[in-house]
Amino acid sequence: MTQFIDRRSTRHKGTVNRRRFMLRYQDHLKKAVFDAVGKRSITGIDQGEQVIIPKKDIAEPMFQHTTGGMRHIVLPGNDQYITGDKIERPEQQNGQGSGAGDPSNEGEGSDDFIFELTREEFLEYYFDGLELPDLVKKELAQINTFKTIRAGYSTTGIPTNINVQRSMRQALGRKMAVNALFKRRLEAAEQNYLYLKTIDSDRLTLEQALNEIELIKKKIVTVPFIDTIDLRYNNRIKIPAPATNAVMFCVMDVSGSMDEIKKDIAKRFFILLYLFLKRSYSKIELIFIRHHTSAKEVSEQDFFYSRETGGTVVSSALELLHQTIETRYNPSAWNVYVAQASDGDNWNADTPHCTDLLRQKIIPLVQYFSYIEIMPRHHQSLWEGYAQLAAQHPNFAMQNIDQISDIYPVFRELFKRKTA
Amino acid sequence: MTDKILSTGSEWTFDLIADYDREIGNLARDYKLDTYPNQIEMISAEQMIDAYASTGMPINYTHWSFGKRFVSVEKSYQRGHMGLAYELVINSNPCVSYLMEENTMTMQALVIAHACYGHNSFFKSNYLFKMWTSADAIIDYLMFAKHYISECEERHGIVAVESILDACHALMNYGVDRYKHPAPLSLQEEKIRQQNRENYLQSEVNELWRTVPKSKNLAETKQTQQFPAEPQENILYFIEKHAPLLAPWQREIVRIVRKIAQYFYPQKQTKVMNEGWACFWHYRLLHDLYDAKLVTDEFMLEFLQTHTSVIAQPAYNSPHFSGLNPYTLGYHMMQDIRRIAENPTEEDKRWFPQHANTDWLPTLDTAMRCYKDESFIAQFLSPKLIRDLKLFHMLDDERHPSLHIGAIHNEEGYQRIREALSSQYNLSHNEPDIQVFLVDVNGSRDLTLHHTQYQNMPLHPHTTNEVLKHLHTLWQFPVNLKSLTSDGQTVTEFHCPPK
Repeated sequence: MTQFIDRRSTRHKGTVNRRRFMLRYQDHLKKAVFDAVGKRSITGIDQGEQVIIPKKDIAEPMFQHTTGGMRHIVLPGNDQYITGDKIERPEQQNGQGSGAGDPSNEGEGSDDFIFELTREEFLEYYFDGLELPDLVKKELAQINTFKTIRAGYSTTGIPTNINVQRSMRQALGRKMAVNALFKRRLEAAEQNYLYLKTIDSDRLTLEQALNEIELIKKKIVTVPFIDTIDLRYNNRIKIPAPATNAVMFCVMDVSGSMDEIKKDIAKRFFILLYLFLKRSYSKIELIFIRHHTSAKEVSEQDFFYSRETGGTVVSSALELLHQTIETRYNPSAWNVYVAQASDGDNWNADTPHCTDLLRQKIIPLVQYFSYIEIMPRHHQSLWEGYAQLAAQHPNFAMQNIDQISDIYPVFRELFKRKTA
Repeated sequence: MTDKILSTGSEWTFDLIADYDREIGNLARDYKLDTYPNQIEMISAEQMIDAYASTGMPINYTHWSFGKRFVSVEKSYQRGHMGLAYELVINSNPCVSYLMEENTMTMQALVIAHACYGHNSFFKSNYLFKMWTSADAIIDYLMFAKHYISECEERHGIVAVESILDACHALMNYGVDRYKHPAPLSLQEEKIRQQNRENYLQSEVNELWRTVPKSKNLAETKQTQQFPAEPQENILYFIEKHAPLLAPWQREIVRIVRKIAQYFYPQKQTKVMNEGWACFWHYRLLHDLYDAKLVTDEFMLEFLQTHTSVIAQPAYNSPHFSGLNPYTLGYHMMQDIRRIAENPTEEDKRWFPQHANTDWLPTLDTAMRCYKDESFIAQFLSPKLIRDLKLFHMLDDERHPSLHIGAIHNEEGYQRIREALSSQYNLSHNEPDIQVFLVDVNGSRDLTLHHTQYQNMPLHPHTTNEVLKHLHTLWQFPVNLKSLTSDGQTVTEFHCPPK
């Protein structure tokens, strides 16, 4: 007797083995992810990725023959040969030789193995083990935006919130309840009157009975159509709503001393931050502020690719930053992140002004302020000024980047999971 | 007349599948097909890919290589480079067959005839399967293996287990007994035995590698004896029993891989027959359905189109050529046996005097029961089929600059082609013949393997070195491989670690 089983429900069994495969080749995958970031623009970054793994790295070797020796081969579809014919040996690559089938895992064929990472997996590798500092704290404890939602009905409130339907329903109920008593009494009074009539009572008694009936009828009429106790109001309550918006400021020095290589490093760093924020927030706005001696808000294209020359006054950018946060991104509704990249050049007299500005105005407003200095050599005054800030403020971080390969480690360092 | 038709259109339901199965089953019984009870399971395309990737087993253990296969099968399926196997069937009792939900009713019926009655009866009756596999126990054994391996992974870490499995997979073809029969398996026994085995095995190994001599006499006799006394073909078995430093759980994993390799061994040896038998019967059974007016013309057209593409054989010089199609060869040979039994020509009477003019059903049944690909071809490949397929024999000898056509489909060539094709299906000619030859028990503990060349075919140097690394993982002392000509001259040597 045949038994039928529908097994279609238990899906995605293959993912276990797929995971195993990824675990085994995570070095390849991570490297591919890292390489891919350099080639993408900030907002186009979160897609899947094709990872090419060299065939030799995933081979499963078996004992097998190679070409040579003597083979007897039987082939179908003879169209021209007769016994004794001699045929030139074809190139070894696609010789029809191995008809008896040893599909080699290895051997001559050198097609690489292509593995498709999904978007999620791509980012997973990217942010493996990273966590923005105090992110959890901000999200769970420091909630300072609210939204109102409906929460049933209340007996108190303001006239605009009166719910007519509910109020009328209350009134109807109240009237029925109160009238029920009077109606019973009216019925009793009327019966009494009829009874008195049948026994031929005197006029006075009858009149009294009639008065009684009139009185009760009046009382029924005077029960109010609607009363204050009937009123019902729509109730609205406020619930805390975590801000799901983030704004990310990219601040970069574009003075003459920032060359293309330094800008490229900065770009990668900004991409990283953007991607990372994208995991935590549903909506992210990007603001690009570039500066030399004066600061300006620009588009992404201009930010990375237009050329400027001149001196450097960092405080100009910080002032614009502060102003923009104040006017457009109220910190109670927005999570503000700032990433600043510079080669460390600054007009010496400006540095104290910068640190004051940061300490007093900016740092209290932002979730996180990260500063990277792209400078292979010694640090200048800005670094020292910032170093003091970093010591005092846990949401201020700074790192030095020498070359392109430093970005990822530095990024990790900046945002590494804080234990306890 | 039309009210007998089982269904129209391509949609299937479980009720319809049950109807078809009942009708096909009735017909199969008329032909006396002896089958295990069927268990038909419906799965999605993705599950099919998955099962396919895990060497066709529904509940195999977890391993990265199955993930690798899954990824590449999935990719070529999605890009339309390949259609999926329509069916998957497991040699078990009850016989589990998988149907894919995306298929049409016609395809489901085809698969039922092909797998649930064709392959199923082959599994139950072919001598190799009867002798080497125990259909009653395989599902249980796989469950045991899966649990055991995941337990090991918890206890010893994924990496440690994976390295043993990788090494075993590399030697899987050499985990097979070709002559000695394995004992049947069962889950309960296996669990108990596994416990006992751990202790027993370890004590055996300890005995072999005892460094303190028991007595002078014993030590002397041992020295004169070579170990192993005779070359061992089952390398994994040898490792399981004699590798000096493996922990008991590692030996058990070696055993699991070995058992699974043994289970699949008959399938490798009967590919042509098995598919030929199944194709013969799906063709026969679905035509009988049509003759009984149970299916529509549309049904038959769809079926015939699929059938034709399954048994298509591109010529040797076609861009689609990828070796002889076992479905084609098998199907035509099975049909040919029936033809020879029923309507033999004069030529057939000369070539098959014992089969001509017999009852075709018992003749075919015997052919299915008592042969494997190699002997089946040697016995039943007829001149007519050689002509139909235009088979020719080619000799590729590296000592000659050109290839040599040895035989074509003519009177002088038939026998030669038949022999050559038969030996093409001899597994021991395709896989290099490598055996455990010697262990230096009292000294360095070196393990020496011998490869005996067949027709001077050399080993692939790169993969050989890679496999030796895996073998070294298991043996943990130096491993050597000597490649010998058939008359015993050493051709090349491989060493791990390299000398």
